Amino acid sequence: MNEAQNIQEIKESTRIRKPILEIKDLRKSFGNNHVLNGFNLQLFEGENLVIMGKSGSGKSVMIKCLVGLMQADSGSIKVMGNDINTLNEHDLNELRTEIGFLFQGSALYDSMTVRENLEFPLRRHKHKFGIVKEKTPLVIEALESVGLVDAIDLMPAELSGGMQRRVALARTLILKPKIILYDEPTSGLDPITAKEIIELMRRIQREYKTSSLIITHDVDCARVVSERMVLLVDGINYAEGTFETLKNSNDEKVKAFFK
Amino acid sequence: MLKSIQIESFFIEIGELTYFARRFFKELFKKPFEFNELLKLCYSIGNKSFLLVGITGFIIGLVITLQTRPTLEEFGAESWMPSMVSISIIREIGPVIIALTFAGRIASGIGAELGSMRVTEQIDAMEVSGTNPFKFLVVTRILATTLMLPLLVIYGDAIALYGSYIVENLKGEVSFQLYFNKVFNAIEFGDIIPATIKTFFFGFAIGLVGCFKGYNCKKGTVGVGLAANSAVVFSSMLLFIIDFVAVFITDIFFEI
Ligand SMILES: Nc1ncnc2c1ncn2[C@@H]1O[C@H](COP(=O)(O)OP(=O)(O)OP(=O)(O)O)[C@@H](O)[C@H]1O
Ligand SMILES: [Mg+2]
Repeated sequence: MNEAQNIQEIKESTRIRKPILEIKDLRKSFGNNHVLNGFNLQLFEGENLVIMGKSGSGKSVMIKCLVGLMQADSGSIKVMGNDINTLNEHDLNELRTEIGFLFQGSALYDSMTVRENLEFPLRRHKHKFGIVKEKTPLVIEALESVGLVDAIDLMPAELSGGMQRRVALARTLILKPKIILYDEPTSGLDPITAKEIIELMRRIQREYKTSSLIITHDVDCARVVSERMVLLVDGINYAEGTFETLKNSNDEKVKAFFK
Repeated sequence: MLKSIQIESFFIEIGELTYFARRFFKELFKKPFEFNELLKLCYSIGNKSFLLVGITGFIIGLVITLQTRPTLEEFGAESWMPSMVSISIIREIGPVIIALTFAGRIASGIGAELGSMRVTEQIDAMEVSGTNPFKFLVVTRILATTLMLPLLVIYGDAIALYGSYIVENLKGEVSFQLYFNKVFNAIEFGDIIPATIKTFFFGFAIGLVGCFKGYNCKKGTVGVGLAANSAVVFSSMLLFIIDFVAVFITDIFFEI
């Protein structure tokens, strides 16, 4: 597939699919540290979009602004047509059921068992499933999709890093979100476990038909999962395109990512 | 120069703590009430401090009696021992010392627990899964310490009196009945009620400071240690301030 064809394809798909998530001119500073300086992004339905950026370039900050964990200084963020800055607490929480968030360090509740960890998101989201009387089937279903049913009554401390990441993924899946945000899903894992997680992400994408935003600086991960990529440099969306187009780019800053 | 910066940051801290307390009262009456979580916490807090408070109380009773006895004996006033000891334990020594041990055990525990939850993004994870972490973690913990400390102080006071009785029994051959008869004759509501009200405030302060330090924990493992440590220091200091204010107010209303 040559480059021109590729770009053509992207243009086609962008025209047909509507953005499920849209960021316009996002700005965020911590004192004199200007992290985001007008970042733009569109995520289309059913798409796997990879965002790459150096450590400390503000990827986690950007993704936290998306779910309202951090307040951006300016700019608009629309998720499924809702501007998250204007939502009240109740509506924001309702919208959050449609967004799965996989944290950089898994963020499992370490005082709870795996089962309780997975049940936790269910306790508040009665409107989505009705009042869930029997939570176990949902928990088992989610654990099955990450292949960890046996771990159901273990504590997070008893799991390896890779298993923790899978349980965390199961916890984001349990609400059947339409969008999943992955914050460095493979960081801190050995290459083989990382591959397993990547495989898992692709399977989930097919089974649950989610749109995914994947933050990573793992080039292998990006090559395998990305349909489109955005490079975050100096607080803006510096370059966009497929893995191949970006890899063959002549821009120095872009090249640096693929060395 | 250093001093003035320290003093300034102390007042900033007090301001932030007040803001945190205001948020507590705002969220306290908002639904949903995390009742199950509150019960669980009350149980675990009580369970964690039961033995510690018991031992502390017992030793307070023993020591006070052993140390006061010779002085009173000199004046031939040993028969005053039960009333004197019980009043000082119930009014002041019991609540303050038990609250201090409670602060050492619970405020540091809460500070470290919430601190590590903050650092490992568990609090963020709660928020994105639609549970208000302030309600679920902070409100329940502050309520639990506020409710549990008064109970623990009553229990610790009782053990302290029992410890004091043992000394009296061994040294002065006072019977159980006689001892507690004297105790209950000496104690008035004016002793018990202000002291109990005070312990609610102590419990509130301990929970508040522990949660405040943990919830606003700085990144990194150093932050967690610091949160636990400063939770104890700050809450102990606050206890003395509250105690001073309480004694002052009691003095006005009950005219000791
Ligand atoms: N709460 C905060 N307070 C102050 N500065 C912050 C805060 N969070 C992030 N920053 C700053 O924002 C910048 C971007 O941080 P961020 O965590 O988004 O990086 P990142 O791109 O996710 O890096 P990594 O790949 O290492 O996770 C960093 O310089 C960091 O110091
Ligand atoms: Mg990050």
